[in-house]
Amino acid sequence: MTGKLILEDKTIIEGISFGATTSIAGEVVFSTGMTGYPETMTDPSFAGQILIFTYPIIGNYGIPDKKYWESEKIQTTGIIVSQYIDTPSHSELKQTLAKWLKSENIPALEIPDTRHLTKILREKGTMLGKIIVDDPEQSRKVDFDFYDPNLENLVARVSTKKIIHEGEGEKTIVLIDCGAKENINRCLINRGVKVITVPWNADLFTDKRIGKFDAIVISNGPGDPKMAKETIATVRKAIEKKIPILGVCLGNQILALAAGGDTYKLKFGHRSQNQPCTLVGTKRCYITTQNHGFAVSDKLPKDFNTWFVNANDGSNEGIIHTSLPIMSVQFHPEATPGPVDTEWIFDYFLEKFS
Amino acid sequence: MKTPKKVLVLGSGALKIGEAGEFDYSGSQAIKALKEEGIKTVLVNPNIATIQTSKFLADTVYFLPVNDFFVEKVIEKEKPDAIFLSFGGQTALNCGIQLHKKGILKKHNVEILGTPMSAIMLTEDRQAFAKHLNSINIPTPISETAANTTEALVIAKNLGYPVMVRAGFALGGQGSGIAKNEEELKSLADKAFSFVSQLLVEQYLHHFKEVEYEVVRDKDDNCITVCNMENMDPLGIHTGESIVIAPSQTLNNFEYHSLRAASIKIVRSLGIVGECNVQYALNPHPKTGRIDYFVIEVNARLSRSSALASKATGYPLAYVAAKLALEKNLTEIKNKVTQVTQSCFEPALDYIVVKIPRWDIEKFKGADEVIGSSMKSVGEVMGIGRTFEEAYQKAIRMLDLDFEGATSERILKPGESVVSRLTTPTPKRMFAVARALHEKMPIKKIYSLTGIDPWFLSRIKDIVDAERTIKGKKLSDITKDKMLTLKKLGFSDKRIGQMIGVVGLDVRKKRKEWGIIPSVFQIDTLAGEFPAKTNYLYTTYHGAHNDVNPTGKNGVIVLGSGPYRIGSSVEFDWTSVNTVLGLKKYGKESIIINCNPETVSTDYDVSDRLYFEELTFERIADIYEFENPFGVIVSVGGQTPNNRAQSLNAYGCHILGTHPDDIDRAENRSKFSKLLDTLEIDQPAWSKFSTIKEALRFCKEVGFPVLVRPSYVLSGTSMSLCYSADELGRFLKQIAHISKEYPITVSKFIEDAKEIELDAVAQNGEVKAFVIAEHVENAGVHSGDATIILPAQKIYVETEKKIEDIARKLAKSLSISGPFNIQFLAKNNNVSVIEINLRASRTLPFISKVTDIDFSALIVNAFFGQQKETIAIKPLNYVAAKVPQFSFARLTGADPMLHVEMASTGEVGCFGNNLEEAFLIGELSVGGKIPKKGVFISLGGDENKIRFLESVRLLIKLGHALYATEKTATFLSKNDISSIRLHKIHEGKTPTILEAFNSGDIDLAVNIPEEQSKKAIGDGYAMRRSAIDHNILLFTDLKKAELFIKAISEKKLETLPIKSWNEYLSS
Repeated sequence: MTGKLILEDKTIIEGISFGATTSIAGEVVFSTGMTGYPETMTDPSFAGQILIFTYPIIGNYGIPDKKYWESEKIQTTGIIVSQYIDTPSHSELKQTLAKWLKSENIPALEIPDTRHLTKILREKGTMLGKIIVDDPEQSRKVDFDFYDPNLENLVARVSTKKIIHEGEGEKTIVLIDCGAKENINRCLINRGVKVITVPWNADLFTDKRIGKFDAIVISNGPGDPKMAKETIATVRKAIEKKIPILGVCLGNQILALAAGGDTYKLKFGHRSQNQPCTLVGTKRCYITTQNHGFAVSDKLPKDFNTWFVNANDGSNEGIIHTSLPIMSVQFHPEATPGPVDTEWIFDYFLEKFS
Repeated sequence: MKTPKKVLVLGSGALKIGEAGEFDYSGSQAIKALKEEGIKTVLVNPNIATIQTSKFLADTVYFLPVNDFFVEKVIEKEKPDAIFLSFGGQTALNCGIQLHKKGILKKHNVEILGTPMSAIMLTEDRQAFAKHLNSINIPTPISETAANTTEALVIAKNLGYPVMVRAGFALGGQGSGIAKNEEELKSLADKAFSFVSQLLVEQYLHHFKEVEYEVVRDKDDNCITVCNMENMDPLGIHTGESIVIAPSQTLNNFEYHSLRAASIKIVRSLGIVGECNVQYALNPHPKTGRIDYFVIEVNARLSRSSALASKATGYPLAYVAAKLALEKNLTEIKNKVTQVTQSCFEPALDYIVVKIPRWDIEKFKGADEVIGSSMKSVGEVMGIGRTFEEAYQKAIRMLDLDFEGATSERILKPGESVVSRLTTPTPKRMFAVARALHEKMPIKKIYSLTGIDPWFLSRIKDIVDAERTIKGKKLSDITKDKMLTLKKLGFSDKRIGQMIGVVGLDVRKKRKEWGIIPSVFQIDTLAGEFPAKTNYLYTTYHGAHNDVNPTGKNGVIVLGSGPYRIGSSVEFDWTSVNTVLGLKKYGKESIIINCNPETVSTDYDVSDRLYFEELTFERIADIYEFENPFGVIVSVGGQTPNNRAQSLNAYGCHILGTHPDDIDRAENRSKFSKLLDTLEIDQPAWSKFSTIKEALRFCKEVGFPVLVRPSYVLSGTSMSLCYSADELGRFLKQIAHISKEYPITVSKFIEDAKEIELDAVAQNGEVKAFVIAEHVENAGVHSGDATIILPAQKIYVETEKKIEDIARKLAKSLSISGPFNIQFLAKNNNVSVIEINLRASRTLPFISKVTDIDFSALIVNAFFGQQKETIAIKPLNYVAAKVPQFSFARLTGADPMLHVEMASTGEVGCFGNNLEEAFLIGELSVGGKIPKKGVFISLGGDENKIRFLESVRLLIKLGHALYATEKTATFLSKNDISSIRLHKIHEGKTPTILEAFNSGDIDLAVNIPEEQSKKAIGDGYAMRRSAIDHNILLFTDLKKAELFIKAISEKKLETLPIKSWNEYLSS
């Protein structure tokens, strides 16, 4: 079966469909990670996005059991690969990528020259796009408008609706789920803390179901951070109460906004597993996983310093309060996929309060 | 640390199995990195064919052995304040360890830059290292050290067979192997203990995956993994013998990053500053948990794998490692490829690379073709593509062994059992896999026989299945879609043609009509994320765009050498690189095509454009058509590019230099012979035959011995000397598979003749410069295996004059523009021509460096008709010897006898004030040692015995005890020389030769058989092989042995000159 990718700038590229026979619209982005496609595709930060894998061979080890995913379903709206492998090989293999895509109704195209697509996005910036899958049973031509996910509050769409208590330990952390990757939760629980996962708009200070807690972790999540108004308000209150806070990815942006800073949209974002981030004031540079289209402006909020900086383009990679245990990083210390070099951020944060 | 002013860099010496061109790459990058910082460099490396020993790199070069004795002398003289140990392979590292242990570095205040000695020592002591790893919770296979064979047997009994045996402190896994039972272990251990004092017996991890990581760390503890790689072959096959894929394909995120994190943990725990390689065994079916792995090896230095990783990713590992050793921070080093990002990052690939080793095992008579945990391959290639299928098929063709791709049937016999070919790993296994898939053997079964992950097998099945769909069809049946599919799967035009009964050019024409041509993609280290200024390119059929614009008429394509192999190695890379440099003078933009990851020519900063691509006609033509250049140079990369001259010319490509028609007149034996007759130049009688009967008639006419060979040969493939009709018959049977296009030629072999070489550059038929060098060995030893002396010592003036005249005549009649090399036979002032090559020869770097005349510059000048003056070689006040390096110890079973087929894997070029000094330093550089114990002598025939008598007397004067076989002992006794009589096994008496070798009382063996050809079988073979297996220095050529004995009797190790290259040149 064939299909096509249509970009906002009228570029139309034919491909072979290997996912669901569904046509969709979203924001087209690329990721340069070479491994971890199941983790990537289940990362809620990808909500609303059509993801191009620059690594050309995808599907090699199939899809593992759900317990290894980063959320309970595929979050990308659609995917584009150069070569799809339908004969995977791995001991953790449960199903093929194609079967998974079909069962979750996510379209996917094989377009050989993904490098060409990447270059288009690099030069013109992230664009809106559509995947149209030609369904032979549907004689009617499928067409619909482009869709800009950044105009929507995607956080509300992917956040949990429930309050969940997990883990055992002396410290209790509230994890504000703006589209949290499962591994943030795992990283915290493995460090012996109690984690209360709450919806993006939960009222931390009055909701009885939450109860007492020691600190807040603001998770990663999709879209424009300015859409998550309630979360920003909650965090602002928490700062005033001097509650320890750690923000991750979108959490970095929300913390900055809550503290009085600003955010802006990057031309084509950082989506890869090899972004070098320098710890300001040191000679240490860390290789990080990133997945964000927006960034924190250089003009920092009052009482905050730059914590990390991107060694390639100088963009902000984290902020830290001058005196309180309030901090955030733009990258993903929880990794999955990608290097685990910055998992120490969790330790560092936990050490900062008791 | 204070920035050092002068740094000593140790090279790796001659190319040998397990240590090849990759260290020219790493050393050259290190020297460049030092130069940029304004630091003076002193290089010790006897390998004269390398690029690192060029004037534009190291400030001072010593062509001396890389061992503590000579390096100490260089330190005393040069007084460097620091030393680089990790850029010259295991040779340099071992030398560094010795220098450290003996307190030499401390004594002379020489600081080790980069990784500290403590870490090097730890990684080299397997037992201590395993303990260290376990202390940081990194698993290693259960293993124990044995100090002798008995201990090894006890350990194995406790572990249970099969066991893995590894030798400590040995390069390329020498002395390692898998033992399935006591007998196998005994034989392995006995052999290994002749090299090493420590052996590890380990638990064997059946069909584990082998995965490696290349790690870089700076002094501030920034640590990154530049690349990971996965071996297609399971554990048990040395990574140098494996098909290797980058990045890994069958590891999921958890495995990839667990191993990555472990690598970083190990590297940090060791305090590495620079580069380090970590190799893992990974269980594809973990018993518990998500991962089950062991560390199997760590190299605290640049390695073969790091060279591969560097080329695979575009990340200049050696350059960065050198900067880090100078205590730079990773963030201070710019990404030289992108020019916009920096070195503290991990490359993201948007392509796949497949490395395949090049073996030449069949060139060694008697050698065992089974591959395993020690290296036998002599080179490698790297295919780049957007899919495994594309990269894999490219790589197979890059081997330059007439394999048209993964499905090549060439070396599997029709009835041959595919099961045994799958079970026993050999260079043929990759083709057996395709055959098995063709025969519809289930992937599961192939996996259980080979341990090759089903993922790879499925990819190869894609190729096999696609081929099946077109077999027997016609070109007109092939649709555009089908054609594109095949090209995307990496099929060559020629292979498609073979399937449908047309020639490759027909397929090419058809696909071009459809616009099916490859795209040109950049390797930019970050998968297109940033605009990179990279010139590193490959082609793919999975493209809809090109990353670069054509160079146009200002471009000149230089064809590189392809994989290193017996007969073609680093010397051709030297010429390629120097030709590129020469092109700059003419304002031309150089475009290199090469596929060998061990080379300097494939470095990011050598040429204006680099295509890491096949040297097949098809690919060269593709690139030519895309680039639309001024022309292409075929004569500086050895025989492979030279072989493309005719087809490229016929296709309309402009060939720089000598016209391809003239190249053909020189290479086509019949045409060349006629030319010699016309010019009244002598040649040994010869003729071409298609039947044995005719050949025999000729042999009777001219008399045996005769030299038999096919035309268009490279390094004596299938060439042999025959002394009788029986032998000739046997030989012709053995090579019956040679195709009709290459008929057999038989020529009269002149015994006891001198072999002389002339290297020259001509312009429009006029010789502009030439050098005459002589071989120590008589004709009959391949010129690549010969010891070559410059200036010639024993050539009559008249002979020299004749040679010069012949060269001028041939240059004129062949209208040569560019390099050429002629090999001559001389006997009693009679000179005859053996062959001419209208290309740069392997001696070009040697003669350039010895005479101080850059022949590569003259070659480029000649291409452009700009070499105005004629260059005369000034008399030299020194002597240089080019001495071959053999790797027989690595090739189990191979007969170390020198003969007409080339067997050496590398060479050195050393200087001295006279012949004896130069030769002795050369011999010591290729692993020779001055004997201190007994000497074993076995001489065939009366003439050899008489001639060698003088040398024997010298040995006695030196105080050596003599050991001899029956006839030799009798002869010596008749000449009043006493010797200890040794017995051959069949004589049933003691002491036997083997016992004597085992006893350790002998450290030099001289075995000269009567007739060269009787070598594959019998006692002679057994004693030669045994000498090699006992690490005893062996000479099989009379004249070379004589020279060696003369040299050791006249020169003392302590008084050999420690003079730099510059000192010789200005003397």
